[in-house]
Formats: sequence, structure tokens, C-alpha cells
Amino acid sequence: MTQENGRQGDKNVVGSFKVKAGLAQMLKGGVIMDVVTPEQAVIAEEAGAVAVMALERVPADIRVQGGVARMSDPGMIKEIIDAVSIPVMAKARIGHFVEAQILEAIGVDYVDESEVLTPADEVYHINKHDFKVPFVCGCRNLGEALRRVGEGAAMIRTKGEAGTGDVVEAVRHARTVLGDIRRLQLMPDEELMTFAKNIGAPYELVKQTKELGRLPVVNFAAGGIATPADAALMMQIGVDGVFVGSGIFKSGNPASRAKAIVEATTHFKNAEILARVSENLGEPMVGINVSSLPEEEHLAVRGW
Amino acid sequence: MKIGVLALQGAFIEHIKMLRSLGAAAVEVRLPQDLDDLDGLIIPGGESTTIGKLAVQYGLMEPLRSFAAERPVWGTCAGMIFMAREIGLDQPLLGVMDIVVERNAFGRQIDSFEVDLMIDGIAESDRPFPAVFIRAPRLIAVGRHGQVLARLADGTAVAAREGQWLVTSFHPELSDDGRLHQYFMHMVEAQKVAV
Repeated sequence: MTQENGRQGDKNVVGSFKVKAGLAQMLKGGVIMDVVTPEQAVIAEEAGAVAVMALERVPADIRVQGGVARMSDPGMIKEIIDAVSIPVMAKARIGHFVEAQILEAIGVDYVDESEVLTPADEVYHINKHDFKVPFVCGCRNLGEALRRVGEGAAMIRTKGEAGTGDVVEAVRHARTVLGDIRRLQLMPDEELMTFAKNIGAPYELVKQTKELGRLPVVNFAAGGIATPADAALMMQIGVDGVFVGSGIFKSGNPASRAKAIVEATTHFKNAEILARVSENLGEPMVGINVSSLPEEEHLAVRGW
Repeated sequence: MKIGVLALQGAFIEHIKMLRSLGAAAVEVRLPQDLDDLDGLIIPGGESTTIGKLAVQYGLMEPLRSFAAERPVWGTCAGMIFMAREIGLDQPLLGVMDIVVERNAFGRQIDSFEVDLMIDGIAESDRPFPAVFIRAPRLIAVGRHGQVLARLADGTAVAAREGQWLVTSFHPELSDDGRLHQYFMHMVEAQKVAV
């Protein structure tokens, strides 16, 4: 290629909040899928996933097997990175900044500081501003979302209840966050400081959220999404995209279910398309009714 | 002027907001019939594999190619990949523009960057444009009818135009600078007059 046209640019700046939050912008309207092997990662990419979450055990198995759930083997994550061209995310334990350092070092594109793993710190989350790799964090309400953004999270996901296949908590958390924002928008400015105090969120981010009428970062739904209809439900409620964890590879026909959920997330308002893609998908994951789950087995309460 | 933004997946809302703030009518395009009566189209950033697969599944490939044959199309990041003739990987491409593109050309997300870029042809082109590169592609080759509009300091080509087609490796929809959208709107206006 000739060099005579096009003038040259300035010096590159890496790791800014803009580029961290920018990747999440590019994932919007998409589906991020949990995968435990490179083969599953390829199936997810083939089905149209915008990213994969590399982990050793999906949340449904973590529930069954119990024990301490930690960051996955970096070797296994690297194999998944090599297997696909789409972004690869991986989970670190809440507060475990060394797991996050390791994930950054192997070239993971997004770190999920996740309640699905056993927390490493019961008081503090990771200072995510320290990293060049962006973070996604879970939340159940606006206060929790803005605390995480205050710590440097560049993407938020409502938690739902991972590994259950029951969408009820995902709905509850998304409605709570979005409802909190709608209330905030109606609030006169003199009430914002007290509101910020009451929800335990940084004042500046509360103000910004009111001005934007949405979270300052991209917000996906997670935790219990198992069908195309579940994904479209979350999109219609108002999230920017969905995470599907156990819902795909714990179902009867992962490839066609994955593809159907991708299509449902794009065409979330088109009931004819939703009906067509929901046909003949085989068995969904078995699922656990969240209301029958003992309090101590709820993962969503992890996070401070 | 009515401009569509391909809304299969990705950062389409940002493009729509920018176009509307500049006075254009902007609509989301998900199905072939959504292309009717549009004067131009933007293919946004997102995951090019996802956008390509959904375009195939929903019968958009040929309608998009016929649209591009007559009217202006601008691809940003994933959109640039989708418009390319060749990328060296097996994924659905429109192949309308004579460019060769390399995906993820700068590395992984930790290598994503911002840079002030000089771009030929935009308004006040002596003032740099704040460009955001996210797991960005680069132009390896531009056909003889095409023209490179911007390069990084190392000479890497990151924006080009060929007739009614425009491509950028970066995301003008993430910058608070409407000059590239204005540039595209001028292309759309000129094409309307020509037709």
C-alpha cells in the first residue's frame, strides 16, 4: 500500500476508562456464554456469541459439587483464548486482586469479579482502576452498581441467581436497578445527596446517572436465563445484553439453543421471530426453583 | 435525509444519537425491508462474527450488497471488517469494498487505545479527531480506487474511502465529535443529488 495519502497520528494511550467501557459498548445487544472447554467456545462463537466466559465449572456444577470455587486454570483459559476470535472473559473471586492480575497477564479481555466464585474478601472489592484490563461486576440494585463503577468497573451485570435456570432473580435485580434509575430521574437535585447516602453510592455517579437516565456503563442481565424467551424478556425490561451461564451447555442441544438465544436477543421485540426460534430446542437445563433454595445457597448476596 | 444503522448487534444506539443530534433522521435496520427508503447506511462496531451470522440468517446479505451498490455505506470497526473483500478468516463478509483487513490487528483488549488522529477531508481537518480503537482491525491494503484518509504514527492505515463507501478502524460514535458523521452525511447528500 502506498504511503502518500493519509496523514499520521499521535501517540497511543492504552488502558483508559474510555477503552475499557468501550469494549462493553461493542458487546451490546449480544449474548455472552459460559464455556468450560475450547470445543464449547467454538460452538458458542459459531452460534454468534459476542464473547465467552471461560471457566472450569458452570455455576450449576459449582452448586452441585460445592467446595471453594476459584479462578480457573490459566492454561485452560489460554486454550480458549487461542480457540476463538471473539473476546474472552474469565472470573476472579471478589476481592482477589492477584487472580485478576494473573488473568490480565494471560491476555483475558474482561475480568468478571464474580459472586459465583467463593469470595476472597468479605469487606472489600478489587480496586479496578489499578488495571488495564476492564472489569464487569454483579449488582442487585443501583447502589451496588454505582459502588462497583466507583471502584472502576467498566461494565455491570445484574446478578440474578446463577446456576438455577430460574429467571426470577434476574428480573428482580434488573427491575430494581432500572426502577431506582427512574425514581432518581424524577428527584429534584437537592435530594440527590441524601439518596446517594441512603443507597451507599458515590454522589458524583448518582448525579451522572440522573443526567444520563441510565447507568454510566453498559448493563447486562445474568443469572438464570435459560431460554430465548428469557433473553428477550430481559432485553424488553431494558438491559443492554445477556449472559447465559449454565443455560446453554446444561441443555439438551447446546448449539441450537445458543443460536436461538442469540437471535432472540437481536429480535427481542419481534414475537413472530421469537416464536420461530423457540421451536424444537430440546430439553432446557433442569433448573432449581429459587424460592426453594436455602438462604445460605444464594450467591447473589455475595458482594458489599 | 434518512440514514439506517444496522442494529443486529453492537453500538448502534450511539450512531443513531449522533446522527439525530446532527439533524438526520436515523432508524434501526434488522430485516431486509428496513432498508427501503434509506439514503445511506452505517454498519456499527460490535462483534463482526455475530453481525455476519445474523445477517446471513435473516437474508440480509444480498439486500445489503444491492443497497451498497447504489448508496453510501459506512462501516466502523466490525462494520469495516464486514465490508471488506478479504480478511483471511472464514466468516460472512459483504465484500463490497476493495480493501484487505486484519481483525484484532493491535492485540487483545489490554492493547486497545485512544489516539488523536488527523483525518483528511473532515471539517477543520487541522484539528485532530479523538479516535477510540477497541480490539480494532487495520487496513492491510486499499484498492487502487480507494484512498486512505488517516494513519497512525507508525503508518498503519485506519480510515479509507472508495466512492460511496467509507470505513474506519475506530469508533467515532464513542467520541464527542460529530465531524466524521457530518462527513458521511455530506456523502449521503451528494449521492442523493447525483441520483
